[in-house]
Amino acid sequence: MSNTIMPNLQKEKIESSLVENKRLDGRTAVDYRDIIVEDGVSKNAASAVRVKFGKTEVLAGVHLALATPYPDSADEGTFMTSAELHPMASQEFDIGRPGINSVELARVIDRGIRESGFIDFKGLCIKEGEKIWQVFVDIIAINDDGNLLDAAGLAAIIALGRARMPIYNEEEDKIDGYSETEGIPLEKEVLSFSMTFHKVGNVIIADVSKEEEVISKFRLTVAMGDNDGKPRITAMQKGKAGTISTEDMETILNLAESKWAKMFPKVKEYVFGK
Amino acid sequence: MDKGLYTKREDGRKMAEVRPMNAKVGIVPSADGSASFETGNTKAIAVVRGPRTLHPQHMQNAQTGILRVSYGMMPFSVSDRIRPGPNRRSEEISKVSEWALSSVIDLREFPNTVVDVFIQIPQADAGTRVAGLNAAALALAHAGIPMKEMISAIGVGKIDKTLVVDLDKYEDSEYHDGEGSTDIPVVVTSRTKEIALLQLDGKISIPEFKETIEMAKKACGDILKVQMDALKNVTEEQDE
Repeated sequence: MSNTIMPNLQKEKIESSLVENKRLDGRTAVDYRDIIVEDGVSKNAASAVRVKFGKTEVLAGVHLALATPYPDSADEGTFMTSAELHPMASQEFDIGRPGINSVELARVIDRGIRESGFIDFKGLCIKEGEKIWQVFVDIIAINDDGNLLDAAGLAAIIALGRARMPIYNEEEDKIDGYSETEGIPLEKEVLSFSMTFHKVGNVIIADVSKEEEVISKFRLTVAMGDNDGKPRITAMQKGKAGTISTEDMETILNLAESKWAKMFPKVKEYVFGK
Repeated sequence: MDKGLYTKREDGRKMAEVRPMNAKVGIVPSADGSASFETGNTKAIAVVRGPRTLHPQHMQNAQTGILRVSYGMMPFSVSDRIRPGPNRRSEEISKVSEWALSSVIDLREFPNTVVDVFIQIPQADAGTRVAGLNAAALALAHAGIPMKEMISAIGVGKIDKTLVVDLDKYEDSEYHDGEGSTDIPVVVTSRTKEIALLQLDGKISIPEFKETIEMAKKACGDILKVQMDALKNVTEEQDE
């Protein structure tokens, strides 16, 4: 991510505008870009959605497959998130084995979903010790204009929320299409979503553009769910080599709390429908 | 107030108490720097090689040397054998460790070079990345790499409703009652007390989170003392 060539002049321009709470695209420091969610990317998946944050665009799809459970969790399904930062999305991404950026992205999203308890793993058991559902979330970056992490995180929970349950044909031990009505087993009340804040110059900003992302000192991703109307932290991840002062932490937590209160109802609507 | 279910730790420690620590500097004679760091049953070793010329050449930076960190668990470090070589978990931990260590070192004197840090875990009982970072910081200091300040690392968290320092494996991954377990690895810089690494998994309120960070800063003060003592007592002569 740091290989993009950034002229010093541009860096100074970004940082000096931020002192006046302005960004080059007209947003204030804490504004998100417009978020667009679209369905129906692939008819063949349990679900497949497109999420755009401004010009940043990702696709996420869910697939379910039949498998044998692990011996130490004989009555639970499994879950795996993969991310591909495809070379079509940025000149910095290469074909081939996932690099560290895609590994980190996939793992942060995977952990956030897994540890929040959003997926009901016992509900994915077909026959204890013998047959379970494996859930795959695959994330593909289409265009990287910054903050892929939040766009991909949102796309992943929306895809899970909208995934159709496959129909299991026990006699022939195969899948017969998808249910029209039934979704995959989820613990809806523990839904959490993540927001990533960066420090650029001396300012904490939300939803970075590509240019801001390149020059930021650190990022902190904060995932929060609902606990009786109050946000509760469910996952965090700091990235990059900068350090977080006590003041920065205070700023980020306050910002995360207020953004969460504004955005969470909309996120729920994206994931579960109105 | 409801004290919750977790009122006593299995090993008798106080909630804010770090497991017994042991640090040694100079454990690998052929290396430029090396150290081990143990907390309870978690053992980490770290080896520094470099600054040395970076290959492939196109990765070289003419302005500064770069840091490269590789973290791994040894196949016999836990009860289920781990397949040797990198996996997604180890790659991510390597990267967040690299960021944490990069925040305090200065390699501008060594353009076009790399400093390699190898972190390996022979025995694991949770907190392996933080133990590895405590060892790595020692190994970098031992190698004479210019450092703006030291770092110390600790896992903090919440077991049901109780805030704790230095979770062991049972607390980290086997406790599921009540609100379950929240695990927060933290790296604190020695002088400015800023945060150089932060990850979190679990469920925790914002006020509780702030309190765990204060607990981490306090514990890191104790860890720093152990690290500084170890640096004063380098155990072995280095190869020349």
